[in-house]
This record gives sequence, C-alpha cells and structure tokens, in this order.
Amino acid sequence: MAAFLITAFIKIFIVFNLILLTAAYLTWLERKLIARLQVRLGPNRVGPFGLLQPIADAIKLFCKEDILPARANRFVYTLAPMVSLIPAVVAFAVIPFGDSVQVLGYKVDLVITDVNIGVLYVLAITSLGVYGLVLAGWASNSKYALLGALRASAQMISYELSLGLSVIGVLILAGSLSLVDIVRAQERVWFILLQPLGFLIFLTCGVAETNRAPFDLPEAETELVAGFHVEYSSMKFAMFFMAEYVNMVTVSAMAATLFLGGWHGPLLPPVAWFMLKVFAFLFLFIWMRATLPRLRYDQLMRFGWKVLLPLALLNILVTGLVVGLQA
Amino acid sequence: MFTAFVFYLFAAVALAGALFVVLQRNPVYSALALILTLFAVSGLFFLLNTPFIGILQILVYAGAIMVLYLFVIMLLNLSREESILRAHRLQRVVGTLLGGLLLVVVAAVAIRQAGPGAPGSVPGAAPGTAEAVGRALFSDFLFPFEMASILLLAAIVGAIVMAKEDLR
Repeated sequence: MAAFLITAFIKIFIVFNLILLTAAYLTWLERKLIARLQVRLGPNRVGPFGLLQPIADAIKLFCKEDILPARANRFVYTLAPMVSLIPAVVAFAVIPFGDSVQVLGYKVDLVITDVNIGVLYVLAITSLGVYGLVLAGWASNSKYALLGALRASAQMISYELSLGLSVIGVLILAGSLSLVDIVRAQERVWFILLQPLGFLIFLTCGVAETNRAPFDLPEAETELVAGFHVEYSSMKFAMFFMAEYVNMVTVSAMAATLFLGGWHGPLLPPVAWFMLKVFAFLFLFIWMRATLPRLRYDQLMRFGWKVLLPLALLNILVTGLVVGLQA
Repeated sequence: MFTAFVFYLFAAVALAGALFVVLQRNPVYSALALILTLFAVSGLFFLLNTPFIGILQILVYAGAIMVLYLFVIMLLNLSREESILRAHRLQRVVGTLLGGLLLVVVAAVAIRQAGPGAPGSVPGAAPGTAEAVGRALFSDFLFPFEMASILLLAAIVGAIVMAKEDLR
C-alpha cells in the first residue's frame, strides 16, 4: 500500500510538471514555428534562441493587474479559469506513456492509473473543459464574451459526438476501453492503418475540441476581439491560455495512443517514441494554424453534423461488419 | 471505514447540491449546483464498483446535457427570478403534491430494499462494467432498449419538424 502510494505520488508529480512545462514551451515552439512559416524570426531576445521567453511571459503575467470588470459575477468569473484548466490536466491520468519498467526492484507501470474505462474517462473529463469557456463568457457580462461562449458550447457539443464515435472503431478492434490494453493491441500493426477514416475524423474533431485554428470560432479575434476571455487579464487569462495548450498536448497524446501505437516503436526507448509521436501531432497543430484560414460559423456547423457525423457512423458500420465477418 | 466516509461525503455533497438547485434563484447557479450533484452521484456509482455507469453519468449528463441547459439559460438570459417564479398557483400546489408522492414512493422502495452491508456497498451485486451493461442491454433488456431508441428517434423527428419553419 505504502509503495503503491509513493509511486503514484511520484508519477503524478513528474507527469503534472512535465505537462505544464510542455505547455509553457509549446507557446515558444508555436511562436518560433509560425514565425518561420511566415518568414520571420520569432522571439530571439530572451536567452539563446529566445528559450527563456516563456519564463519572461510568465513573470509578466504574474505582475499584471488582475481586473474584475464592473457588473461581472465575481464568483463565477473566478471559477471559470479553474474549471477550464483542471480537467485539461486531470485528463492525462490514464494515458500510458511507456512500458512497465523495473525501478529498485519494483515493477512500475508508466501510466498514472490504468482503469478499465480509460477512453470514456478521457472523453468525459475533456468534455468538462467547455464549462470554463461558457462560464467565463457569461460571468464577464460582455457581449463579445457571451457570443464566444455560445459559439464554444455549440461547437463542443457538435464535435464531441463525432469525436466519441470516431474512437469506437478502435475500441472494436482492441476489444477494451483501457488505454493500456489499446496500446498493447497495437503491438503488430498501428490502428491508423486499419482505421484511416476514424483517425482523420478524430484529428479533425480534436482540433475543434481544443478550439484551435481553423476551428477557433469561440475566440475569433477578427470578429469577437478575443471571444470568451476578452475581459480576462493577468493569471486568470494565463490559466485559459495554459488550458488551451494542455488540451493540445492531451489530444495529441490521445491520438498517438489510439492510432499510432502509443509507446510502441523500434530501437528507441518507449518513452522517447511516445514523446516523439506527441510532438509530431503538436507540430501538425501549429502547422495547421499557420496554414488554414478560419471557417465561417455556418460552415463549421454544417461540416460537423452533415459530414463528420455520418462518416463516423459509416466507419463504425464498416468496422463492425468486417470484424463480425472475420470472427 | 474509508468506504463509509467517502459514501457519506458524496451523499452529503449530492444532497446539498440538490437543495441548492431548488433554493437558488439565479438559474445559472442552479445549473452549476446540479452539475455538482451529478458529480457526487457519479462518485457513488464508482463506490458501488460500477465505473461504467459512473463515468457515463459525467460523460452524458455533466458533459453534454448540462452544457445545453447552460446554453439555453444564457441564450434566454433569464433574469433572476421573475420568469421562473411567476408560476401559476395551481401549478405550485400540484407540483408539491406530485413531488411529495414521488418522495414517498422512493422512500418506500429504499426502505424495503435496504439490506445488510456497510453504506456504499451492495453485497453480491454484479460489477457494472461496460461488458456487463452491454450484455444485459442486448440480451435481457433488448426490448426496452429498442423501445427507448424508437422513442428517441420520434423525439428527433419531432424536433426537426418543429424547428423547420418553412415546412409545408
């Protein structure tokens, strides 16, 4: 019991800090990469290659004035950034980031906890993140923020459905809801080869769920100034910002786990493979933002309900038929 | 011991949240309290060794349905109390009566079913895993399951017909 608790605490400590660090340096990576894609230099003043820029940003945000708009709902206004950030971090608890290893004679699984409903857990927890956006928009008592919040809830509800359905093909093939089992089931062949359509739907919905370009309607700066977080400043704003980047990491990790074989890979150690795959998806996220223009709101809704949802259902039907005929 | 403590904690949170839903006049606060209650109920399901049902509670109710509730509340911009509390008097009387009746039924079932065992555990219950629930749905409860799906389909068709204005 004691050994279990200690290893659990150590794993949580390491994973928690790594996620926050990754999120912080993701902002640096994003600025650098977008700058390169737009033939600019990007941040290069603070530290070598601008590597200390995230730390400078953090200090700046800490020192900024924390503004509470007049006639805003103080309680909900303070609650919203927390509701946004906490699910983003907690969702990582069931994602396996490596094979089990021997440490000081103990067998340690490189996952915080392996539950037999892992996939559902991640879907359920990430679906709570939208409350942060919705509550922020409502509590700010500002029209732009409220419009952003309404867009966020409509968008999340629409794309969550296809996101959940796109995973079912993988579940049929793996025969388990546990992410550890799903990774083990991909020992010989990655599910991206068996579920190409499911993968594309998952990726599209994943981008929409994280509110990233080209699906960043809730914060569309050209129409809504900054959308749901327009009134926020200082650390409350930073928490929304961090939640977005942590969500990117979570979606990337889920995509790698469900479709790219998780930590499986030749030569390199499992943890390195996992990080490599997550990084590849993060790169894709940033690349898309630099390349694609934002969708119009009605296009976004039509695409979600009339294209992605039927395709996801078709994917389940075909996968079920093939698996059923083989059995 | 630990199980009992967790049970009473979740039960207290669920009850407090449910009370807050009814007593609070600001509809947004009511919705938030309802989400809290759903979380506590989900915790109780986990305690009963039925993780699948527990997580569905969060995934379906807290994650999807309550988002729509909040969406509607914010869209209508219900101001404080007026639109809600201006209910008809007869409505209040009937509501109280029916609510009391429901309470009596639930209490009767709960008292009759209360068996041995510590709070927060059901001795000899099958684990509520995804496999067990799926098997039950597609064998013993196939007919009610299909009936529910037809009911939902009818509701979807009805919603489309009502939302589509230029349907001649």
